[in-house]
Amino acid sequence: MNREQKLERQSRIRNFSIIAHIDHGKSTLADRILEKTGALTAREMKDQTLDAMDLERERGITIKLNSVQLTYTAKDGEEYIFHLIDTPGHVDFTYEVSRSLAACEGALLIIDAAQGIEAQTLANVYLALDNDLEILPVINKIDLPSAEPERVAQEVEDVIGLDTSDAVLASAKNGIGIEEILEQVVEKVPAPQGDPEGPLQALIFDSLYDPYRGVVAYIRITEGSVKVGEKIRMMATGKEFEVTELGVFTPKPQSKDELTVGDVGFLTAAIKNVGDSRVGDTITSVKNPADKPLPGYRRMNPMVYCGLYPVDSAEYNDLREALERLELNDSSLQYEAETSQALGFGFRCGFLGLLHMEIIQERIEREFNIDLITTAPSVIYQVKLTDGEEKIIDNPALMPDAQSITEVQEPFVKATIMAPNDYVGAIMELCQGKRGEFIDMQYLDETRVNIVYHIPLSEIVYDFFDQLKSSTKGYASFDYEMMGYKPSNLVKMDILLNGETIDALSIIVHRDFAYERGKDITETLKELIPRQQFEVPVQATIGQKVIARSTIKAIRKNVLAKCYGGDISRKRKLLEKQKEGKKRMKTVGKVEVPQEAFMAVLRQDNTKKN
Amino acid sequence: MVNAVYLHIPFCDYICHYCDFNKVFMQGQPVVEYLDHMDIEMEKTLNRFPTSSINTIFVGGGTPTALNDQQLEQFLHSVTSRFQPYVEDGLEFTMEANPGSVTPSKLEIMKKYGVNRLSIGAQAFQDSLLKRLGRGHNVDEIGEIVTMAKHAGFDNLSLDLMFGLPEQTVEQLSSSIDEAVKLGITHISSYSLQVEKKTVFYNQWRKGELPLPTEETEAEMYAELIRRLEEKGFNQYEISNFALPGYESQHNITYWKNNEYYGIGAGAHSYVDGVRRANAGPLKQYMTKIDEHGFPYMDENELTKGEMMEEEMFMGLRMREGVSKQTFEIKYNQSIESVFGKQLTNLIDKELLKDTGSHIALTERGFFLGNEVFQEFLAV
Repeated sequence: MNREQKLERQSRIRNFSIIAHIDHGKSTLADRILEKTGALTAREMKDQTLDAMDLERERGITIKLNSVQLTYTAKDGEEYIFHLIDTPGHVDFTYEVSRSLAACEGALLIIDAAQGIEAQTLANVYLALDNDLEILPVINKIDLPSAEPERVAQEVEDVIGLDTSDAVLASAKNGIGIEEILEQVVEKVPAPQGDPEGPLQALIFDSLYDPYRGVVAYIRITEGSVKVGEKIRMMATGKEFEVTELGVFTPKPQSKDELTVGDVGFLTAAIKNVGDSRVGDTITSVKNPADKPLPGYRRMNPMVYCGLYPVDSAEYNDLREALERLELNDSSLQYEAETSQALGFGFRCGFLGLLHMEIIQERIEREFNIDLITTAPSVIYQVKLTDGEEKIIDNPALMPDAQSITEVQEPFVKATIMAPNDYVGAIMELCQGKRGEFIDMQYLDETRVNIVYHIPLSEIVYDFFDQLKSSTKGYASFDYEMMGYKPSNLVKMDILLNGETIDALSIIVHRDFAYERGKDITETLKELIPRQQFEVPVQATIGQKVIARSTIKAIRKNVLAKCYGGDISRKRKLLEKQKEGKKRMKTVGKVEVPQEAFMAVLRQDNTKKN
Repeated sequence: MVNAVYLHIPFCDYICHYCDFNKVFMQGQPVVEYLDHMDIEMEKTLNRFPTSSINTIFVGGGTPTALNDQQLEQFLHSVTSRFQPYVEDGLEFTMEANPGSVTPSKLEIMKKYGVNRLSIGAQAFQDSLLKRLGRGHNVDEIGEIVTMAKHAGFDNLSLDLMFGLPEQTVEQLSSSIDEAVKLGITHISSYSLQVEKKTVFYNQWRKGELPLPTEETEAEMYAELIRRLEEKGFNQYEISNFALPGYESQHNITYWKNNEYYGIGAGAHSYVDGVRRANAGPLKQYMTKIDEHGFPYMDENELTKGEMMEEEMFMGLRMREGVSKQTFEIKYNQSIESVFGKQLTNLIDKELLKDTGSHIALTERGFFLGNEVFQEFLAV
């Protein structure tokens, strides 16, 4: 293609994302668009094609991004090239969302006609506005009996300030409004700007590791063109590679010799590590390099840490290999070896958030078949010592003695909660109990409010979300962003089993809440740890002082009377089952402790109802 | 060599709330056809796995005494004809008998065919508890069956008693023990309730409607059982079994000594030539398999030497005398210490096991924590 042809083609390209709150129908709409543009026949459709991993399907969220190239013949008779870029649907992955939005010129904003705007909708809209995207509101699920499209449209105008006079009323499930959406994409989303012969600038908005091809970078070309065989440079890391393959997803991968301005596709270059192909980085050409990278790149830092230990210490190396494999695909996962007196050898791992943490744990257990013990998640504390030194603590067990500390700072978030106004009382009570500081409350309409609090991240990490859901019957939505560090009156609380400190159970708590928390944890542990052959005291201490205690009674009787009329195999199975159960526990000192107990601190309110 | 026979009669007039054994409502079942099939199984079994002597026969259920006179006659006739040639003097021939389902004429038939021991399902001596268990009899009928049995000439009588029952108190258990002993019986088997799947109790338990005693109370009951029966001259010769001297159940000792036995009937289990087998449970399947293959096996498992040694331990330790070191060595050509040295040291250390010189046995504490001990011997 010559320059003229490239420019003509460029004018027919439309790059867009779909942004929505969980469950508002993003994936279903993506499926309908794929169907409508003939990318997949109905027969080929497996529901929700873009969410490929089993885990994603199960949880109904997208973790890894995808992009597809589609061709659409519009009513004006022209054939357009669409790139639909999927975005992850969870607050832990905000940065990835922002990068995939940066690869677009427009976004479909999906709002549930029955639910209205949710906290995450708002967060994503702001990200889209930050990236100067043309936003096309779509009011979805209009087929629901409880749908109130007019009210929701009004809410969008009032809260976000978007013009909704052209908003499409749709039902992705029933295929209503899909064509109108596609026509609006053609009309309203701007074609990509940029010179196909300028110095190459390609944004990496995602990358994943493929065992045969190395890292596959998902890119959007903003300036210039790239060809197979060309030498490229990663502008943040300075690393250079030679392009081995280029292509687009339709959604099947389709190789291309060249990608040019406006194209969204993939690139491989024998890159061994996703760390060399970082999300947000800019790829340029070695021969004709760009002056500066595209804006917005930042290194992602973990927010939440926890210890991961194999239940069977013989699986330590397997666990390391599993983490190495996962890291290839996930540059935001961090880990380093650590040793716990109670749990032996393991790793301290850093995650973007709680969901990210759970996903990694589940993948290790499922895909690598390693039974894990996970310690309660911790945030990062900044500690000033009396000798003037400053320390970063990501493991509560390593918190220095109270006497040598002058100040502890902890990370705070700005939490945005949207809910029907009936629940305002419950939400405020919850936030106060989580050491929250009230900032603001606004009415979205007559019945819905938006409440803003500043809350320590550590409280969010515990059971905030579960409690919010239960105290608002699931009606509240929630989003948060980091604000930075503030000093707090924090102390380290140790847990002793049978008189021995169990380092893996230490936590950092606010002094005012220490007594209550100690009581909860000792009671929870009493429920979670089965009776042993001797009595086991459970104590919570601060420094030398015991602040709470419970006792796990000794096992009194465990003997099976029945003989099962000569059915010895059954007896054997029963004994084997009991023994297997014990093997999944960790022996700490002389006490056998089940996996869940190490997360006891998270379960404090859940166990009470039993 | 096999010297013991278990025969299973799966029919019941009523289904108890805790029972997960292989059993069916009697009404409308092809009882005669089933008994015919048992006869075929006995014949084929003896041909395929010959024996030279039979020392114990045990008829369990279900409810063997749910058979009517005619069926009982047919069944016992078939059993004795098949096994008579191998029977030794001093044969122990036990039948399970339920209060309420036994008549003088049934007892006469049993006597005629050589049954000489009855295992009576009494379970408790409180009508309220019997009702809760779904037993189809009352306390008075327990007394009646014992009187009837003695009158018919049975002097070796065992009673089953349960503990750890919903809403049962230690006092109730004590009084049941006293009542049982007063009847002049020779043996007591006492089992703690296990809530098993597919029972009425399991469903009640899931719904939170089964107020079981705490582990402490259950342990107290077990201690009371041991104490009270010892006081009355009954030796606890196994975890759940108590006998006046000389009245220990030889059939059950077969299981605990890990010796071999035939298992005849639907859902019965056998252990012959180192192979454990389970028969098909549903009547129809059981009979079809016999018709088609001659044998009703659903599951066959040849034990390795390791498994045999494990079972020698976890069964043998149930007996008060424990596992004989000498017998172990003769059977397996290895000393008990060379195979299980580590477990023995650890468990003796924890005062759960003791070494008497000739035997390895549970301590008093070990009796309460038997499963904790047994599982240590498994290679899982």
